[in-house]
Amino acid sequence: MDYFAQQLINGLVLGSIYGLIAIGYTMVYGIVGMINFAHGDIFMIGGFIALISFLVLVSLGLTAVPLILLIVLLVSMAITALYGWTVERIAYRPLRHSFRLAPMLSAIGMSFVLSNYSQVAQGARVKPVPPIITGGYTLLDNEGFVVRLSNVQIVVVITTIVLLAIFTWLVARTRLGRDMRACEQDQTMAALLGVDVDRTISMTFVIGAALAAVAGMMYLLYYGLVDFFMGFVAGIKAFTAAVLGGIGSLPGAMLGGLAIGLIETMWSAYFSVEYKDVAAFSILIVVLIFMPTGLLGRPEVEKV
Amino acid sequence: MTGERVTAPTLEPASASRGSIAAFIFKKALISALVALVLFSLMIGIRTEAGPTGQLIYWTRFPELAGMVAAVFAGSIAVELLRLWWGPVGTVMVVPPKVQSALALARRAIAPLLLIFTFLVPVIFYQQRYILDLGILVLTYVMLGWGLNVVVGLAGLLDLGYVAFYAVGAYSYALLATNFGLSFWICLPLAGILAALWGVMLGFPVLRLRGDYLAIVTLAFGEIIRLVIINWQSLTGGPNGVSGIPRPTLFGIPLTPADDGLAAKLGIEFSPTHRIVFLFYLILALALLTNWVTIRLRRLPIGRAWEALREDEVACRALGINITTTKLTAFATGAMFGGFAGAFFATRQGFISPESFTFQESALVLAIVVLGGMGSQLGVALAALAMIGGFELFRGLDQYRMLVFGVAMVLLMIWRPRGLIGHRAPTVYLEHSQAISSDLVKEGHG
Repeated sequence: MDYFAQQLINGLVLGSIYGLIAIGYTMVYGIVGMINFAHGDIFMIGGFIALISFLVLVSLGLTAVPLILLIVLLVSMAITALYGWTVERIAYRPLRHSFRLAPMLSAIGMSFVLSNYSQVAQGARVKPVPPIITGGYTLLDNEGFVVRLSNVQIVVVITTIVLLAIFTWLVARTRLGRDMRACEQDQTMAALLGVDVDRTISMTFVIGAALAAVAGMMYLLYYGLVDFFMGFVAGIKAFTAAVLGGIGSLPGAMLGGLAIGLIETMWSAYFSVEYKDVAAFSILIVVLIFMPTGLLGRPEVEKV
Repeated sequence: MTGERVTAPTLEPASASRGSIAAFIFKKALISALVALVLFSLMIGIRTEAGPTGQLIYWTRFPELAGMVAAVFAGSIAVELLRLWWGPVGTVMVVPPKVQSALALARRAIAPLLLIFTFLVPVIFYQQRYILDLGILVLTYVMLGWGLNVVVGLAGLLDLGYVAFYAVGAYSYALLATNFGLSFWICLPLAGILAALWGVMLGFPVLRLRGDYLAIVTLAFGEIIRLVIINWQSLTGGPNGVSGIPRPTLFGIPLTPADDGLAAKLGIEFSPTHRIVFLFYLILALALLTNWVTIRLRRLPIGRAWEALREDEVACRALGINITTTKLTAFATGAMFGGFAGAFFATRQGFISPESFTFQESALVLAIVVLGGMGSQLGVALAALAMIGGFELFRGLDQYRMLVFGVAMVLLMIWRPRGLIGHRAPTVYLEHSQAISSDLVKEGHG
């Protein structure tokens, strides 16, 4: 039971990270109808930028950890958002009305570009950082087995909740959010009614990339390392999360992320660590076969 | 290749003065440079590395950063000038009829010439082992491209996990040969059958999926196969791979310097090049077999059904085509050729490990098929030659290779989303071939 409780905590924290990435997938799929294959690598870039800016801030002599974290968060969100914008502008926008395989292949190409770019720019070796947030609380101490909730985990979960609140407000209450929902329903009609479709799509990529940057930073804080190849697997898992939650649905993406995080953690804990990725991918296949609309998705009706 | 020879009306007012154009280009380049500065500021301006004590250290690289930003500035100006020179969007270059007929002749002649040249490669380059090896590599990818072409180009099913079948074929041969001592010629069909079986196993669950979902499931499938190969150490040797895979024999006659070897039997002096030449003709034969089967299948009802499926699944179903068998045969046929290629790969290398079967391989083969124009056999062959040849050119720049590949993939998609020979000619039509509006079919105008 204690073991289970500990795994539950770990799974939820991991799930928050997946959920943040999954939102980027689900938003882009909802509006443009393409799998943004490079999104996992945007997450990786976010992690790298967080790492570098953290390193620079520390060497500049800053010591207040909350201030450092806030600056790192803002810097990595801003720069990674610009990466998202640039990727859309260069690789996807020219192909918006092309045949359906073209944006997908362009996205795969972009994914290679981003991961190899950071390999070339920052080297292939894993970059470790010392634990930035230390300490934690002991929830249960039962005959030597301790269930711990570390401060890092609290920070990850709270940041996720706060960002989700801001993001939900953005989509539900602002002009931009309304434009996004309009574009999701019908781009031509939205354009006729005065919505700047190009700008809205760009903003979708920007927001998705900013959330992925947060996920990248949380990953860095939680695991204490980044490497250039981490975007690929994390990306597929986050996409699995988006599909599991019902692609196009924002609460679904978060729910799917939590589910994937829990499944992966539980699988590692009770079955085998080696096959945890196999478990995640198998779930993707099973969900798509038996529940193509996911947990909270709308059924897709094809009109002829 | 739209066949239309019209120039779209110019969108920009002709009276736009030179000065304002220059200012516009300069402004655009400046914005690009600014964006580049922000993008590269931390990633290139600062280099991090794990120090000797595990502590992370960093140093600055501002000259490189400045160079990159300057390159983006210059590149942006160059792109804008090119655009200006090319004319406004929608301009179609008018090709004179003489050049057109010459091109048509060249197009008809290129396939037989290429085939004859390929047959002569071992004769011409007998002394240059490097070129022979490269030729074998190119032909392997030609074969993989033609195999995947059945799935993607003909049936229109986007498969991102094709490398899984390549891996199944390679491991089938490697394990059967090393554990049971079966010869290459028995294992080759077995590898094909096993791969086809896996193709059907993948095909069954994904019957209901379309487009992007299908792509992501095949990708997941490919990764699952790779992860299982890595982790099932007792069977596959895990990350260490399988080594000591027997070399192929010429119908039982080994190509070795031994007394019963081919050289001794023919009474000629042994040379290791014999085996390379043999492998070259072997993969050429396998590739041509793939091509021949595909061409024949296209003329059979099943091939027609594949093409109908590619154009419109709903219409296909309405016309009474059995979607299940159509999709499964496409997967199985494509997978079988992947399995053959895998068995060949295993026997050529003599050693296989999971590292050879990553997603990048799938993407490379898919890029070859799409670049070749999805469905065009000649296009796939030319694309494989261009891709693998291009890859070889960048061999010296090892870590930049995938970067260049990614950039090339994005640029090619923007420049020619339909591939180099982008034309889906219908194999059958009523009385005369009609252009079909892109609104009517999922694939868009062909």
